[in-house]
Amino acid sequence: MNYPADLKYTRTDEWVRAAGASATAGITDYAQEALSDIVYVELPQVGDSFKQGEAYSSVESVKAAAEVNLPVGGAITAVNTALAAAPEVINKDPYGAGWIAQFTLSDAGELAGLMDAAAYAQYCESRKQ
Amino acid sequence: MLAAIGVKSIEDLFADVPAGVRFPALNLPGPQSEMETLRELMELASANADAQASPCFLGAGAYNHYSPSIVNHMILRGEFLTAYTPYQPEVSQGTLQAIFEYQSMVAALTGMEVANASHYDGATSMAEAVIMAVAHGREKRRKVLISPAVHPHYRAVVRTYTQGMRLTITGDERQQATLSDLAAQLDGDTALLIVQSPNFFGQIEDLAGLADKVHAAGALLCVAADPISLGMLQPPGRMGADIVVGEGQSLGIPMSYGGPYLGFFATRKDFVRRMAGRLVGETKDKNGQRGYVLTLSTREQHIKRERATSNICTNQGLMALAATVYMEAMGKHGLRRVAELCWHKSHYAAAEIGLLPGFAVVGDRPFFKEFVVRCPEPAGPSSVGVAELNRHLYDEHGLIGGYDLGQDYAHLAGHMLLCVTEMNSRDDIDTLVQALSEFGA
Repeated sequence: MNYPADLKYTRTDEWVRAAGASATAGITDYAQEALSDIVYVELPQVGDSFKQGEAYSSVESVKAAAEVNLPVGGAITAVNTALAAAPEVINKDPYGAGWIAQFTLSDAGELAGLMDAAAYAQYCESRKQ
Repeated sequence: MLAAIGVKSIEDLFADVPAGVRFPALNLPGPQSEMETLRELMELASANADAQASPCFLGAGAYNHYSPSIVNHMILRGEFLTAYTPYQPEVSQGTLQAIFEYQSMVAALTGMEVANASHYDGATSMAEAVIMAVAHGREKRRKVLISPAVHPHYRAVVRTYTQGMRLTITGDERQQATLSDLAAQLDGDTALLIVQSPNFFGQIEDLAGLADKVHAAGALLCVAADPISLGMLQPPGRMGADIVVGEGQSLGIPMSYGGPYLGFFATRKDFVRRMAGRLVGETKDKNGQRGYVLTLSTREQHIKRERATSNICTNQGLMALAATVYMEAMGKHGLRRVAELCWHKSHYAAAEIGLLPGFAVVGDRPFFKEFVVRCPEPAGPSSVGVAELNRHLYDEHGLIGGYDLGQDYAHLAGHMLLCVTEMNSRDDIDTLVQALSEFGA
């Protein structure tokens, strides 16, 4: 299981990579493994705004459908349109090519409430038992 | 078992039901043999006017078309005879193949890319179109425009189905509103515009340019169609429709006093994840042989659950099979021939009725198999006139007359919707014309 150190994590298994006022978000390695083969990703529209923890996307696998929440509030600036044709990229590379959306942060202070890699790793391990 | 759960008798289990209604005297007649029961039921049934014994000119959503005997023969086979899609679908390859063929033919007939395994009836298909369009608009668009020329029952079902969803179903308040009036109400809040063609009055709507207007507003276009009419008319898919729905009863399913019927639902591939119900697909097994799978399974139950667009998983398996056998038995040319017979016979009837004093065929648009007739002014309130006319047709000539439009449309009091299909012989039509002329005189 992979938990990159430069990301922040939510208890609902999303990640965010913040750089100044903008950020990229997706679902974690733990989430993609739990969902298994992802067959469909519903993307938000550029310009849509979401509050922290609000669902902005949904991911459907052969087993289940899950809503994906935005780790911190913001307005969508770009979506990963490549996922429409190749949703399985999330399974292969959840933190890289499998990103879902980029957005501008409405309140960078919200990042402080998220887990760092070590805390998230511990959270995932605790759920495996 | 009673002792194990701590009660003395079966009756004790019903103690919560008030004593007065717990074991009421049912006052039923004594037992009868099967033969006696059948005789009694046949006597009761003979009180009905049915389309087998009486030439029928009534349509308005349920149609008297011929069902080749192979349809009934095939659907009664033990391998097929169940109303349900199996819950372990892939073991039932024959059922899946039949559904796949049904979907493929519905898609071809409507000019769409994909069709689902069916819904309960045409009205519920239309309601599912509304829900899908609202989901497609990310639930931000809350308005649905519906033409007043859509079947009144369908409009009622759409409203019932979507109550509590905080949608505005509008456009049909003014009963004479045209498609242009409807298009003028398109705005950024509109999720879907629904028209029916041929419409409730049998008239073929001019859909040219409508889809462009709807799409320019960011909404979707739903067209409800009569599948028999699609044997000769341009499919709605080619007119830019995003969703095509309709009643499949015409495809070899008897009228049966209102059901079971069949709702067909076809759309574009882009919307398939929002579509309710099942979708069967063709694939290859590990030996490279053709096989069928539930490409989109009962998503509402297994995958999406409370996040599903709709809670409908059931399809009308047996009725979809009947439609499949019908379409396969008729073929492309057979279906076209049925459509042409409906067209020619109804136009013959309309021309003859139009010549009768006191009667007039109303409407400026071309029609398919149904048309509106203004009946002579009766003495009393005009809606009584159509009922009286129908009584005359049945009592004196054994004919089932038309639908009284005054029931649903105030401006059409005294107007009758007549339907003529391939089942009406020229003699039947001439008898109708003769019978009407007696009433008009």
